[in-house]
Amino acid sequence: MPKPRRLKLAVWKFASCDGCQLSLLDCEDELLAVADAVEIAHFLEATRARVNGPYDLSLVEGSITTPHDAERIQQVRRSSRFLVTIGACATAGGIQALRNFADVREYLSVVYARPDYINTLATSTAIADHVTVDFELRGCPINKRQLLEVVSAFLAGRRPVTPPHSVCVECKLAGNVCVMVAHGTPCLGPATHAGCGALCPTFHRGCYGCYGPMETPNASSLTNWLHKLGMDDRALQRIYRTFNANAQAFREESEKHDP
Amino acid sequence: MTRRTIKVEGLARVEGEGALKVVVRDGAVETAELKIFEPPRFFEALLRGRAYSEAPDITARICGICPVAYQMSAVHAIENAFGVTVTGPLRDLRRLLYCGEWIESHTLHIYMLHAPDFLGYEGAIEMARDHPKIVRRGLELKKAGNAVVSLLGGREIHPINVRVGGFYRTPRRRELQPLADQLKWARDAALETVQWAAGFDFPECERDYEFVSLRHGDEYPFNEGRIVSSRGLDIAPSQYDEYFEETQVERSTALHARLRGGGPYLVGPLARYSLNFDRLSPLAQGAAREAGLGITCTNPYRSIVVRAVEVLYACDEALNIINAYEEPERPAATVQPRAGIGYGATEAPRGLLYHRYRLEADGTIAEANIVPPTSQNQASIEEDLRRFIGSWLDLPDESLRHRCEQTVRNHDPCISCATHFLRLELDRAQ
Repeated sequence: MPKPRRLKLAVWKFASCDGCQLSLLDCEDELLAVADAVEIAHFLEATRARVNGPYDLSLVEGSITTPHDAERIQQVRRSSRFLVTIGACATAGGIQALRNFADVREYLSVVYARPDYINTLATSTAIADHVTVDFELRGCPINKRQLLEVVSAFLAGRRPVTPPHSVCVECKLAGNVCVMVAHGTPCLGPATHAGCGALCPTFHRGCYGCYGPMETPNASSLTNWLHKLGMDDRALQRIYRTFNANAQAFREESEKHDP
Repeated sequence: MTRRTIKVEGLARVEGEGALKVVVRDGAVETAELKIFEPPRFFEALLRGRAYSEAPDITARICGICPVAYQMSAVHAIENAFGVTVTGPLRDLRRLLYCGEWIESHTLHIYMLHAPDFLGYEGAIEMARDHPKIVRRGLELKKAGNAVVSLLGGREIHPINVRVGGFYRTPRRRELQPLADQLKWARDAALETVQWAAGFDFPECERDYEFVSLRHGDEYPFNEGRIVSSRGLDIAPSQYDEYFEETQVERSTALHARLRGGGPYLVGPLARYSLNFDRLSPLAQGAAREAGLGITCTNPYRSIVVRAVEVLYACDEALNIINAYEEPERPAATVQPRAGIGYGATEAPRGLLYHRYRLEADGTIAEANIVPPTSQNQASIEEDLRRFIGSWLDLPDESLRHRCEQTVRNHDPCISCATHFLRLELDRAQ
């Protein structure tokens, strides 16, 4: 039997910190096996070698923040059979989406003496706002075990298994004492998508929502609880406006606390 | 007049996106410009109005490769404003966390980004086909660094356990013991890495850099010290803005830093090593000497050896910290916000990372200023290219392009950090 053609994998970067694509290089035990199972056809952070598209699987990191990138993502989509976004920037716009709630010209003037040299959009938006996305992997950063699951699933031709329940379920599985009930520590766990393994509560702090909203979160009920724990409107707006500020459920909840 | 044009679009094996343009006229390099087109993310603007307690979590997102550095500079700057000093085991744990990041970040650069240039591969995965044992050693060493960051920080990238005043949860002594076993192996692997890297062919390229780094009374610098230079600068971090300035150039979304009234300077492993050789552990000093390094190193191509020496030092230091660790009574010092300005400078793997915050009485951030290492090194990287390329102009375009890329990678530029890099455009102008 002839050896089947290896699937071509490409990794693309838009506005981001490089952390999610680094997750692939952080799979120290599996990286060489992955490189054996798929052809790494485009991955600038790791190699100068570039193979032309089309690609079987494109992993996209980062959000769309410039007119050039809004064009580039269209080219990536056209050259990709499957397109998977990796991380909070690509699935929700990232921390840089805080500009969506502000005036980007004012932001420019704070950072740059010559704003006219800089070409930027007024918003930071998710990849799915621009092109069809086949699967979204959450997290700021993503969990490398989940990344391996996504690559394995696409190799096997099945849907990736990434539970959509809340961080609360992960806390129970980890046997953690609830930081909110037992210690009155504000926690976004009840409304936040699982995937991190309930890291923050395990380290005795409240979840800060870096995996974004879970499926159908009851954010307004959570807000009532957080309010009872002493959070004012400003604090409530901040807690929903971090790395997934532009994800619909968090955005809408944060807008209820506009001054 | 003769003219030749070479373009590299999208420099590989660096963190982030940029390009390089070199103009050669009549056989001489006229200009060499780094172009950074990493889209700006406006961290200094979006930090305004946030709580001081959020600064370590938010600034970590500037860079996925060195988040600990951002967290450390942030917490030190804010503690400086609030008059808090973190001492004892909490201070030691911060140093241990930083050791983990140096091991992870330097090993990534040594094995996966830089060594392929010396051995003639496109990347580490291609290198692994001929040198599987070496690449596996690199991956295992990197994993040891990541194990330190994960154990103390919760995860490798964007750790969740760092706070102003200390940590959310500190480890039990017995939790650190398995790390000690992994780090003993890593220390041996780091020594082998120094010996391996020392055997590469290095071009004879020396530069008279003005080195800038922290210097501490009795430690190789991570979190604390005075900012010193090889030309006599010796200031407190709070005086940074008096002596350094950032300017904007049209070709870059990263600001360029310079010494006021002076010129380009260099931060990073070469600077740290050359200004602090006497603070390295005896094991690291011995390995450096055997590798043929002097007490200073001014050949940027040898930076790969210096990084390996720093990895060795970090393994050594991490083991010392683990052995001496006593569990603290509380995971963090008490923090009482007050209005004021705070300054923090720590040694990121790529060099000096400066943060300044102006805080309101309730701890809200009113103003933030962050100067990452790659911003500071942009001018020196361009100067390296201007100085070195001249003697390689006889090379065919592809070889010359590769040599230019290597010259940039010597400094492990992190473009995601600098943009608050690389397409090569070589213009041999007519």
